[in-house]
Amino acid sequence: MTFPFPASDLLVILPELVLTQLALGILLWATVVRKGREATLAWVSIASLAAAAVLIPVAARLSGPLPRAAFGGMLTLDRFSIFFKVLVLLATAVTILFSLKFVGTSSYPGGEYYALLLFSAVGMLFMASGTHLVSIYIALELMALSQYVLAGYFKRETKSVEAAAKYFVLGAFSSGVLLYGISLVYGAAGSLDLGDVARSLAATPRSSLLGVGIVLTASGMLFKIASAPFHVWAPDVYEGAPTPISAFFSVGPKLAAYAIFARIFFVGFGPRAGDWAPVLAASAALTMVVGNVGALLQQNVKRMLGYSSIGHAGYALLGLLAYASGTDARGENFGLWAILIYLAAYLLMTLGAFGLVVLLEAKGYATESVDDFNGLSKKNPLAAAAMLVFLLSLAGIPPTAGFVGKYFLFSAAMKAGWPSLALLAVLMSAVSLFYYFRIARAMYLVEGEGELRWREEPAVAAAVAVCVAGTLLLGILPQPFVALAKSCLLP
Amino acid sequence: MNVPLWTIPALPLAGFLLNGAVALRAGARRAARASEAWRAAHPDAAHDDDHGGGDAHAAHDGHASHGSADDHGSGHGHGGAALPRGQRLFHGVVGVASCGLAAVAAFANLVPYVKASLASPEGIAPVVQHAYLWMAAGGLSVDIAFRLDPLSAMMLAFVTLVGTLIHLYSVGYMQEEEGYGRFFAYLNLFMFAMLTLVLANSLPMLFIGWEGVGLCSYLLIGYYYDKDFAVAAGKKAFVTNRVGDFGMILGIFGIISLFGTADFSFLDKARHAMVNGGSPVTVYAVCLLLFLGACGKSAQFPLYVWLPDAMAGPTPVSALIHAATMVTAGVYLVARCSAVYVLAPDAMTLVAWIGAGTAVLAATIGLAQNDIKKVLAYSTVSQLGYMFLACGVGAFGVGMFHVFTHAFFKACLFLGSGSVIMAMHHEQDMRAMGGLAPKIRQTFLTMMIATLAISGIPPLAGFFSKDQILGAAFATGHTVLYVVGLGTAGLTAFYMFRLARMTFYGPFQGTKEAEGHVHESPATMTVPLWVLATGALFAGFLGVPAALGGRNTFVRFLEPSLARVPEHEVPHSTEYLLMGLSVAVALVGIGLAWRWYGQATATSAVPSAAADAFYRKTGALGPIVANKWNVDEGIEALVLSPFRKLGTFLWRGFDALFIDGIVNASAFLVELTGDLVRFFTTGNVRNYALAFSLGVLAFALFVLVR
Repeated sequence: MTFPFPASDLLVILPELVLTQLALGILLWATVVRKGREATLAWVSIASLAAAAVLIPVAARLSGPLPRAAFGGMLTLDRFSIFFKVLVLLATAVTILFSLKFVGTSSYPGGEYYALLLFSAVGMLFMASGTHLVSIYIALELMALSQYVLAGYFKRETKSVEAAAKYFVLGAFSSGVLLYGISLVYGAAGSLDLGDVARSLAATPRSSLLGVGIVLTASGMLFKIASAPFHVWAPDVYEGAPTPISAFFSVGPKLAAYAIFARIFFVGFGPRAGDWAPVLAASAALTMVVGNVGALLQQNVKRMLGYSSIGHAGYALLGLLAYASGTDARGENFGLWAILIYLAAYLLMTLGAFGLVVLLEAKGYATESVDDFNGLSKKNPLAAAAMLVFLLSLAGIPPTAGFVGKYFLFSAAMKAGWPSLALLAVLMSAVSLFYYFRIARAMYLVEGEGELRWREEPAVAAAVAVCVAGTLLLGILPQPFVALAKSCLLP
Repeated sequence: MNVPLWTIPALPLAGFLLNGAVALRAGARRAARASEAWRAAHPDAAHDDDHGGGDAHAAHDGHASHGSADDHGSGHGHGGAALPRGQRLFHGVVGVASCGLAAVAAFANLVPYVKASLASPEGIAPVVQHAYLWMAAGGLSVDIAFRLDPLSAMMLAFVTLVGTLIHLYSVGYMQEEEGYGRFFAYLNLFMFAMLTLVLANSLPMLFIGWEGVGLCSYLLIGYYYDKDFAVAAGKKAFVTNRVGDFGMILGIFGIISLFGTADFSFLDKARHAMVNGGSPVTVYAVCLLLFLGACGKSAQFPLYVWLPDAMAGPTPVSALIHAATMVTAGVYLVARCSAVYVLAPDAMTLVAWIGAGTAVLAATIGLAQNDIKKVLAYSTVSQLGYMFLACGVGAFGVGMFHVFTHAFFKACLFLGSGSVIMAMHHEQDMRAMGGLAPKIRQTFLTMMIATLAISGIPPLAGFFSKDQILGAAFATGHTVLYVVGLGTAGLTAFYMFRLARMTFYGPFQGTKEAEGHVHESPATMTVPLWVLATGALFAGFLGVPAALGGRNTFVRFLEPSLARVPEHEVPHSTEYLLMGLSVAVALVGIGLAWRWYGQATATSAVPSAAADAFYRKTGALGPIVANKWNVDEGIEALVLSPFRKLGTFLWRGFDALFIDGIVNASAFLVELTGDLVRFFTTGNVRNYALAFSLGVLAFALFVLVR
């Protein structure tokens, strides 16, 4: 049998290959591990993620100069994809740290849980480097299918099952829309390779076939990043899923979805930016309003963070819009690197905030209200201070990562000619202060009742500490990260 | 030895972190114990107010004993609130060592630099060490970088030296305080901020230090936070400084606009008058804005009002922050930006007039104060006025020379007053003192040296620096300013010897019991006093003017950092005349003070018949001076009251009607939006799918229709 591609193409996907093998191994191993000893599986999973992370530079070095296309243009390894791969691996590893006790002390087996997380990570790694609509779609489904199961992993909890069902039904629905959009694009462009699509779009006049195809694709993407009007699933799923999984959902899939969103729309649909930019602008405006206004009245912290993450998705859309508007006078495209910085900041602060919710859980399930934070500053000043850092960052107050990210995003929107959206974003940031500082107020100004329901979890505490350090570092010393992000742009 | 410059501020920062962490932990433990004890004592207390009530009580307990400072026994650590010995030792050692090591690191850099600079006739280039790029936006980039040039070297020298001495002094002075660790943590933090300010290579970084010292000043003025007057004084200092900082920030923006950079390379551009002509601001405006910042920090009219009140803080704080170092930051700023100031001669004239006006105003107020620290505070304001007067007439180097000598004698005076206050059991009213000289000999001798120095008696430090300021004012043709300065010198001598006379001579005016308790301070306090007194004696010899056969080494050393102003040569004979005049004026002041306050009939109520007569003769003026020229009342009537009225109007008229209306309307709108969102967010998956489809449909229609 002849192999249709050069064997060196395998080197390009070396991290993904190794991670898949290890995930399968963990799945098998889990069948013989007794409940109560599953922590080993978690640590092995983290080691697998670390191995994949180490293999990324190895793959980049061995497979030839970047960007390196493989498998006939199905996948491309470039600095853009590496940026997202590292973030995805980090988010997955932190999720596993959050899950150690959470799953360990629950009555559910942990082995499949970790394996599913790793499979989901594999899907996201492929998404980061997908340059062909089919490979992108398959990677997306690998990620999503693992996540449907994870959402309902605590299968005797009604809310968890409900969340999983909703996620699955709506996810399937959005996949259908996305696939239909892709098929229309294929009909118009005659190819599914993003480079060919771009060349074809540049050469053909506008057509409603293509327009509808692009809109349907965009709808599918907007669903994945939980943007209005396709966001309705997000609060329910975040509230219902196990907290570490909510943390994972609000970060991992969004990062990967932004990667493919940016790649499909800039590389593939770039010549038609004039068509899709207004759609994205409308969605961004709606998303910022819905996310931030929706969060105002929530009592449940997970639900509030869910709405807040919708709002953040709206901010990040500004970066896509700015990218669509081209480059500035110095030939510098400011939209995409602003997104990259923002997503890194978003990862740190969102995971950190969710980490504190994990720490705070009492029964470990969906009882976490804002009142649970009452008097935290007296009971555990360090935890309260960490939460305050995350809240400040989420609200975009300097000197935190959130401020830097928002600053670059909003100024990109200004430069790209969307001042009204930038103004709306600033106004909505002001609105967001209200609900973020309800938590701050509870921690510092309200007396707590009774004992703090506190779980001793050094692993979570360490992960939170890393997030605090990262949030502050990115906020105080943004320049190295800016330089890094600028080196990781799409061609 | 090669010590990087960043270690100099980093060492006190480390001290702050260490002291702060330990003090926090110990404080939490103490509070827990106190709350435990309270709970044990009140077993029937309701469960609800358990937590809050216990805490509040603990805080109250801890400070009740420290509030009533009279029952501290002999004052050698028998107070109930004092920390355990080991903890005290820890805080003291960390505090002094971190500051002392910073001084060592500073001098390891200073000595070779000063040597090299003095060896070459033109001076040598500044040492600039970049740590990292802080921020970059557009064409502007700001580094975290440290700079050692003659100006910062001179500041560095006395800040670390005086700082270390005052840390050492505090070990003894603060020993009875419960907040011992907190005190040293703040003091270390102050040193960090002050050294950042001094070593900064750009205005934004200088501003970090500027705000840092302001914060520490606020924290330390309000050190006795259970006393209302201390809290109010801290707030006053903070708010007044905000007014100045407002100007300072705008000034920095102005500099960036004028020169396109915020690091001190703008000085070179200013020297060559490379001003961005298209800039919307003028050099004149920028100078005034920066001077507004300097006025706030360095307590110049009309923003000086916070400094006398700042005496509510512990005495070492008054010595370090509110006399020797922080308050001179404004002078440093003006001297640092001297190249810009010389481009706006009108702004310099204003600086000179404000300085001279403040000098004489504060000196007159000082005449009538009875609180020993208040006299010194007004004296500080007055001396700072001298420094600005020097800068205003273009004698920047001489102004900085006065900053240098003033640091020694004023710190010595404040520490001496602290020693007196401690001997008198926290009595600060000079009318209750008297005849202390034989009882606290060391304090008396050192304070007298510093008093002579500030009065301008040769050959002590104050004579050389003050006389050169007056000489510069005269030489540049500012005769009125010269006369004002000369008169102020007489006033200075008068109020300082009034202070000395009331404190150290004559019969003891307090109670018999208080007299029995008077005691000399421990060695950790007297040693710094002697070192500072030595400085007050000899620091002046660094800048002996040419007329007296010297080479004015100090001013010559600073020259590379400062703007070059055309020299005005005055014949030596005139200089001798000026010197003789100022010494004579000082002697008159001393004589008058001695005569008026030295009469046997003086009592605590009426210090002397002659002083009384002075007030009666001056008619309305006496009470006005005693009431500090009613400046506080004036500010109240002209600024605060209108603002309060405006605030009330905005509250009642604007906020309650207009803004609240908008808020209520938008709340209604949000509620409406919420209802709309809730209509879709039913939790029913079919509705979700419907919403999804409608969204897709809307977008698709949009694309098809356009």
